[in-house]
Amino acid sequence: MLKACNQAMAGFNGRLIIVEGCDGSGKSTQLYLLKRWLEQQNYPVFFTEWNSSELVKKSTKKAKKQNLLTPTTFSLIHASDFADRYEKFILPHLRAGYLVLADRYIYTAFARDIARGCDPKWVRNVYSFALRPDVAFYFQAPLKVSIDRILSGRSELKYHEAGMDLGLSHDPVESFKLFQGIIKSQYDSMVESEKLVVMDATRSIEQQQKEMREIVSRQILRDFHPPTYGKYLSCNMQGE
Amino acid sequence: MNRKLFFYGQGLPYLKINQYPGTLIVIEGADCSGRSSQISSLRSWLEGQGHAVLDTGLRRSNLVGSAIDEAKKGNTLGKTTLSLLYATDFADQLENKILPAAAGFVVLADRYIFTLMARDMVRGASKDWLRKLFGFAPVPDMIFYMQVDPQVLLYRSFEKYGTLDYWEAGMDICLSGDIFESFQIYQSLLAHQFDKMAEEFSFIILDGHEAPETIQKKLEEILRDTSMMVR
Repeated sequence: MLKACNQAMAGFNGRLIIVEGCDGSGKSTQLYLLKRWLEQQNYPVFFTEWNSSELVKKSTKKAKKQNLLTPTTFSLIHASDFADRYEKFILPHLRAGYLVLADRYIYTAFARDIARGCDPKWVRNVYSFALRPDVAFYFQAPLKVSIDRILSGRSELKYHEAGMDLGLSHDPVESFKLFQGIIKSQYDSMVESEKLVVMDATRSIEQQQKEMREIVSRQILRDFHPPTYGKYLSCNMQGE
Repeated sequence: MNRKLFFYGQGLPYLKINQYPGTLIVIEGADCSGRSSQISSLRSWLEGQGHAVLDTGLRRSNLVGSAIDEAKKGNTLGKTTLSLLYATDFADQLENKILPAAAGFVVLADRYIFTLMARDMVRGASKDWLRKLFGFAPVPDMIFYMQVDPQVLLYRSFEKYGTLDYWEAGMDICLSGDIFESFQIYQSLLAHQFDKMAEEFSFIILDGHEAPETIQKKLEEILRDTSMMVR
C-alpha cells in the first residue's frame, strides 16, 4: 500500500497538499487562493496539476481524439503522466523542502479508472509508488450543484469528460451526469480509508478558503520549517 | 474448439468475451539472441501449414511509441515513468492487436511482459508491483526463451551493429562509466532475472548458441508435438 507520511521519511522536508473533487466542485479556485496566501507569506511553493506532463500530454491528446483508449490504456497513460510529474517535480520538490500543491492526485485515478471498469486493487497497485499526501482536501458538493456549474459555463462536453466511453448514455449531458455520479460515489467511499478532509463545497468561496487556511496552518505550517534558502527563493532575488 | 483465456492477475474485468480459439506463442530473449530470425522462419513454417499468423513485438504501437522514443533521446525519464509507458504500450498492443487476432490467428509475440519485468527489476522496481501491474496479461500457450551467454551477445552486438547500444548496455543506470563493462554487467543482470523467471513462468529454454536451423527444427518439433496446432 501507500508509503508512510512524508514527515516520517528522512530527507523529505517538504509537505504535500492536494485537492480532489468532481468537476465543478471549485477545488482549483480554492487551491489557487491557498497558493496565493502561502506565497504572500514567502513559503516555497510548487504547484502541479493532473494530466500536464509535457512528455505524455501529446500522446494522451492524440489517443483521446482518436478514441483509441481502452480502460486499461486510459489508466496506464494517465499513470505515466502522473509518474513523469512525480519523478521529475513532485518528489524532488518534496525532498528539497517545498510545499507541493497538487490539483488532483492519485484519488482522481482511483475514482475514474474504477468507474471505467478497471480492477480496484490493480489501480491501487499501479499508484502504490506515490507518497500519501500530508493533507488531502475533498471538495464535496451535491451532484446537481457541480453539474450545473459545469453545464452553465460550457457549450459542449468532451467525449471522455462526459464519460461517453463508458456507454452509459448516447446523450453527452445525460452520460456526464451518470458518470459524475459514479465518480462522486467513488470519492465518498474513499473518505474514511484515505483520510480525505471533506470540505462542504456549497458554502461561499471565502468561507471555504478560511477553513482551508485554518487546517493548513494547524496541520502543516505549525511544524513546517522551510530551509533557510527558501527565503531567498521567494524573495525573487536577482543576481548576487 | 474455443479455449478460455487465463490471466496472470485480475485480467481485463470489462472484457465481455474470454473464449479465444487462437494461439499465443511468445519468444523471449536478449537483443541479438536470434529471436527475430526464429520468428520469421516460424511464421513461414506456420503459414506453410495453413495457419494465419500475426507477429507483434514491443514498442510498435502508435499510442505512446513516440513519447518513448522522444524520452529515450533526451534520457530524461524516471524509471517508474518508463515502466508505465512500456506497460501502456504493451496494453495497447494486447487489446488492439493480440486479442482481436487471437480470434483465430497464431500470434507470435517477439518479447512479452517478461522483457519489461526483467528490465524494470534490474532498475530496482519491486517484483510484487510488477507482477500485479502486468496482471492484465493473458498467460501465453507457450513461452520460448532464447538463452545466450552475455559474452556471446557482446560478440554478436559488434557483428550486427559494429558498436554497443547505450540502452542495451544499461548505461542509464550507471553500472560503469565504461560502456563495454556496463554491457557485460547489465546483460548478466538481465540474464539472471530471466533465469529466475524461467521456472516461475514455465519457459521452454532454447540454447541460443546453436545454429539457427537447429533451433528452428526444435521449435517445429515442439509445436508439432502439441495438440494445440492441429485443427
